[in-house]
Amino acid sequence: MNTIVCVKQVLDPEIPPAKFKIDPGTKQVIPPPGVPPVISVYDERAVEAACRLKDKHKGKITVISMGSAKAADVIKHAISMGADDGFVLQDPAFENLDSFGTAYVLSKTIQKIGGYDLVLCGRQAADWGASQVGSILAEILGLPVITLACAIEAVDKKLKVKRMVKDGFEVLEAPMPSVVTVSSEIGLPRLPGGMGLMMARKKQIPIWKAQDIGAEASKLDKANAHTEVTALAVPTRKTECEIIAGGTPAEAAANLASKIAKLI
Amino acid sequence: MDTHKGVLVCGEIAEGKLAPITVELLGAGRKLANELGEELSALLMGKTGGLGQEAIAYGADNVYVAEDGFLDQYNSDAYTQVAADVCRKALPSIMLLGHTDVGCDLAPRLNGRLGGGLAVDCLSLSVDPATKLLVSTRPVFGGNAHATMVSKSARPQMATVRPKIMPPAERSDSRQGKVIPVEGKVDPSALKVKVVDRIKEEVEGIKLEDAEVVVAGGRGMGSAQNFAMLKELAGILGGAIGATRPACDEGWAPVTLQVGQSGKVVSPKLYIAVALSGAMSHIAGCLGSKAIVAINKDKEANIFNVAHFGIVADYKEVLPTLIAKLKELKSK
Repeated sequence: MNTIVCVKQVLDPEIPPAKFKIDPGTKQVIPPPGVPPVISVYDERAVEAACRLKDKHKGKITVISMGSAKAADVIKHAISMGADDGFVLQDPAFENLDSFGTAYVLSKTIQKIGGYDLVLCGRQAADWGASQVGSILAEILGLPVITLACAIEAVDKKLKVKRMVKDGFEVLEAPMPSVVTVSSEIGLPRLPGGMGLMMARKKQIPIWKAQDIGAEASKLDKANAHTEVTALAVPTRKTECEIIAGGTPAEAAANLASKIAKLI
Repeated sequence: MDTHKGVLVCGEIAEGKLAPITVELLGAGRKLANELGEELSALLMGKTGGLGQEAIAYGADNVYVAEDGFLDQYNSDAYTQVAADVCRKALPSIMLLGHTDVGCDLAPRLNGRLGGGLAVDCLSLSVDPATKLLVSTRPVFGGNAHATMVSKSARPQMATVRPKIMPPAERSDSRQGKVIPVEGKVDPSALKVKVVDRIKEEVEGIKLEDAEVVVAGGRGMGSAQNFAMLKELAGILGGAIGATRPACDEGWAPVTLQVGQSGKVVSPKLYIAVALSGAMSHIAGCLGSKAIVAINKDKEANIFNVAHFGIVADYKEVLPTLIAKLKELKSK
């Protein structure tokens, strides 16, 4: 069973808030010095889902990432977990694409790779969180799509997928190939093994540009963007925290209880 | 673009009624439609009996109702098909959905099919007075920043709206409107994904997303055993338990109770954060709470920057008295 996983390299979401800085002019985040970017959390779960399927059914995992040349790091991370191959999609024309542009680039890449049974994406990126690339990708490729998967199995050449809903889950069956977006409920990603780390170190990650995947310039033209960010701001919080008075923690706790009783 | 007019709310039906989010969307949609001087429509799919009039009472001028056995429960392929057909005929300029199980799945697919412009999990919506474009504001980077988005030419301009953020529409039974049955049936050959089963997971007590009070613990709780203390507190307040990602990773709480960017987003009346530092990725999941109480021994912890009330102390010295005192107040 062959799986293609789309992953994104993002600013580490676990940085302390004090290190988070934006440039309102360019509407971009200023990466804090000394903090390496990471694989987006849901995408790492998507790699984990692919590895679990490979553990059972063999086959090949190919990881693709659109971004800077540094995105090779997240592909290598995926290879250290158990993926086989990967490509970085990097081209000035790919910079700051909206969800449609991103899905278009991924679709051209996936068509070029070919021979797949399943395409996995994270449910959303940990940075911009547009939450739609997987679904648009499926529409472009003309494939069925299941979002918010918390378990994926392959049974009799069909995909059996559990999808998270508010009060439980749905069990869905989809033909292969399909696109599935993965939620964190699928479980923790595995730690890279020694063999995987060695593979990742040795692996050359080719960079594909627009012409390598046959992407049309008009589809990458920012003038045709479907959405545009017009402002990026750090919200000002006006909350003033009232530290509850009390000579001892227990006294403060008693005072807090009275406050809470009034709040609910 | 002038071919697209009006606001369309994609409604949801829960237990035979309009879902609360739908009433909120009708309120938000009515305001946008008034600002544009255009009509507000709603789309209801499934067992819609009588709910068309309900949507009119809550502000819709037109209600498209689609009844078909395939629509009785949410089915991604069927809903996308019908909603896309309605949009192609009604040509709304703006389309609003809830940031819910249904909306999170349907909105991106519909957007992919229609070629619109979608902003998800929106906290505020307005019409730009000059351009008449929909302006959507949504949290990005785990709530560290807010992005404002527009779609200059793509239609419809779509948004999913976070539940419990916008005030519900006011009801007026004297309001007039049209109920328009959607013609055509779902094409079964287009249903590629089969719904095999729906499993309801029984949760102890109240569901996290519905709870008016959430008591959440972090890594500072120290153990699964200590975590159980939070249960008692939640129990007294009629609330639910939440946890940070590290606490879930430790196995002290199931991952379904994780609050934050990669977990659930909650907006209770009261959020009690115990022994959690308040990493931005966690705060992203609880910032909509009406009041946040922080109990943490580190006075520099980020949680105090977002909390309304705080106690700087070891939670072990706070919770027993807090629990006892609340019990006492409750018994009065």
